Amino acid sequence: MAAALLPTAPESEPARPLLELIGVSKSFCEGPNRTEVLSDLNLSVPEGEFLAIVGFSGSGKTTLINLIAGLERPDTGTIELDGRPITGPGPDRGVVFQNYALLPWLTVLGNVQLAVDAVFKGERARAREERAMSYVRMVGLGEAQWKYPNELSGGMRQRVSVARGLAMDPKILLLDEPLSALDALTRATLQSEIERIWAADRKTVVMITNDVDEAILLADRIIPLRPGPKASLGPSFEVPLSRPRDRSSINDDPEFKKIRNEIVHYLMDVSRQASEATSKRRVIKPTVKPLALRPRSLPTAR
Amino acid sequence: MSSDSPTFSLGKVRIIRVVEGLGLEIFTPVIRLLAGDDPKEQVKELARSVGVPLLSILAFLILWSNLAASVETRIGSLPGPAEVWTEAKGLVAEHYAERQKAVEFDQRMVVLKEKWEAEGRPWKNRVYSGKPTYFDQIWTSLKTVFAGFLVASLLAVPLGILCGLSRTMNAAFSPLIQIFKPVSPLAWLPIVMILVSALYTPEHPFFEKSFITSALTVSLCSLWPTLANTALGVASVNPDHMNVARVLRLPWQTRVFKIVVPSALPLIFTGLRLSLGVGWMVLIAAEMLAQNPGLGKFVWDMFQNGSSATLAQIMVAVFTIGIIGFMLDRLMVILQRAVSFEGTVSA
Repeated sequence: MAAALLPTAPESEPARPLLELIGVSKSFCEGPNRTEVLSDLNLSVPEGEFLAIVGFSGSGKTTLINLIAGLERPDTGTIELDGRPITGPGPDRGVVFQNYALLPWLTVLGNVQLAVDAVFKGERARAREERAMSYVRMVGLGEAQWKYPNELSGGMRQRVSVARGLAMDPKILLLDEPLSALDALTRATLQSEIERIWAADRKTVVMITNDVDEAILLADRIIPLRPGPKASLGPSFEVPLSRPRDRSSINDDPEFKKIRNEIVHYLMDVSRQASEATSKRRVIKPTVKPLALRPRSLPTAR
Repeated sequence: MSSDSPTFSLGKVRIIRVVEGLGLEIFTPVIRLLAGDDPKEQVKELARSVGVPLLSILAFLILWSNLAASVETRIGSLPGPAEVWTEAKGLVAEHYAERQKAVEFDQRMVVLKEKWEAEGRPWKNRVYSGKPTYFDQIWTSLKTVFAGFLVASLLAVPLGILCGLSRTMNAAFSPLIQIFKPVSPLAWLPIVMILVSALYTPEHPFFEKSFITSALTVSLCSLWPTLANTALGVASVNPDHMNVARVLRLPWQTRVFKIVVPSALPLIFTGLRLSLGVGWMVLIAAEMLAQNPGLGKFVWDMFQNGSSATLAQIMVAVFTIGIIGFMLDRLMVILQRAVSFEGTVSA
């Protein structure tokens, strides 16, 4: 009785996902050469999530990032950011490109400043410069602000690229295989950097990677992209490991091993199915028996 | 400071960078020698970059002087290096003599002015009207070629950017460019001359008609390399950079001036360098026909003169033209290096 008089808390609506892809597909070329690269993609990314998409080379990962970024338009379906469909590229979806895309004639500070000046036009010059410097410092390049990209190592260039992506103050950050152009050791260092920077303000991130370990180390959720053509997204794999994730101890974590095995097996199965499907398209050979194999009578003894 | 210290190497590297930036990279081995770098290597490098060219120049001079004596022409034997050098000295001496005469004339005028004003007679300023000396002619040629080059660059660079950015504009201008590109200056000159005579008729002309005719002919012939290279540079901007511009939603002015132009700058400067080279060559022909008082007119006058010193004087002109052309090219290389962000010159 008393319970019925207590006002019940209004049932909170499920939070609208920040990014939503519904029935998205993309093909290239028209006519007989038309290849459907991505087919019927459905994705839902809540705010503050770090999502990793793992996939094979050539399966359309960069196309997927380009679609979300608005650099390309999908053929079917809609892509919505914060409930509104996207019509083109914009600084609300920051991109960190695979090949860094730094402007070689600008210094480290200049590259980040370009993004800040474009997005925060109304602010005073001094404030904008302070903002750019804070991002440069955030990625650990405070001493190298006056260097040009050709004076930097690959790891440092990628840091500048990340700083620029963050400096746009985007709603969602898109990383297109950010570490695949680096050697394994630099990769490990930068993975920790990315986790540290992300933990600071928990932006929503969609990262494309081909390294399953990297995905498990950094992401909250992993979705595989099946091999093309007509690539689609596989099932979600949650990563319930607690943060911060320590690289050395995580290798012994049974949860880590379990998730890793699941994902790797899924990817291997999917890859095997794909290669079987292509091998089924065999050439039909005519039924002709070679002369040498026709039955002949044995020579009789004289 | 020991030669092993990092400050020393940094200083050496910085000096070498400055020297190379000034286009004087043949002196790099000298600097390295002074710094104590591998002497054998540096001496070999010096021998190759300085020694061999000097030897080949010497061989050329010897060959020339041997050939010269054996060729007879209508106006005397072909001059050898010695005669050409004598003529060169003669031209320099003539220059100083003219200057001296001008100074003396001015002094006489000052005395005369005081005398007339003392007598109450009205004085009109008179200017020394001697003939232009060799150095005056060199200076006129340089002024003309730079005027023409400037006009050409101001036309070609914006047009090249437009053609590079827009495939439609490129298709629109392409046939006109292809047709006008191969036309020789000697064919443009009469048209330019007639047009300038008809259209340039101010009360007090600041520029001589011959100057404008020569400069415009230089422009018409030298704008094509800049145009082609600028269009190419703009069209080949890295698509990733354009994607950055799209993500940041940069307005078109920022896109062009902060991304497209800096990216295309090395190729633009390659075009400018080629254009200056073409312009300098075209200038001599244009001056000859337009009678602009520069090196071209010098060669023409000497040829008309037909004196025994003519061939030697014309050869002095040939070497002067060549050496100035070489220095202009070096100047453009320095400028090209200054804007190349990859640290290499593309041509």
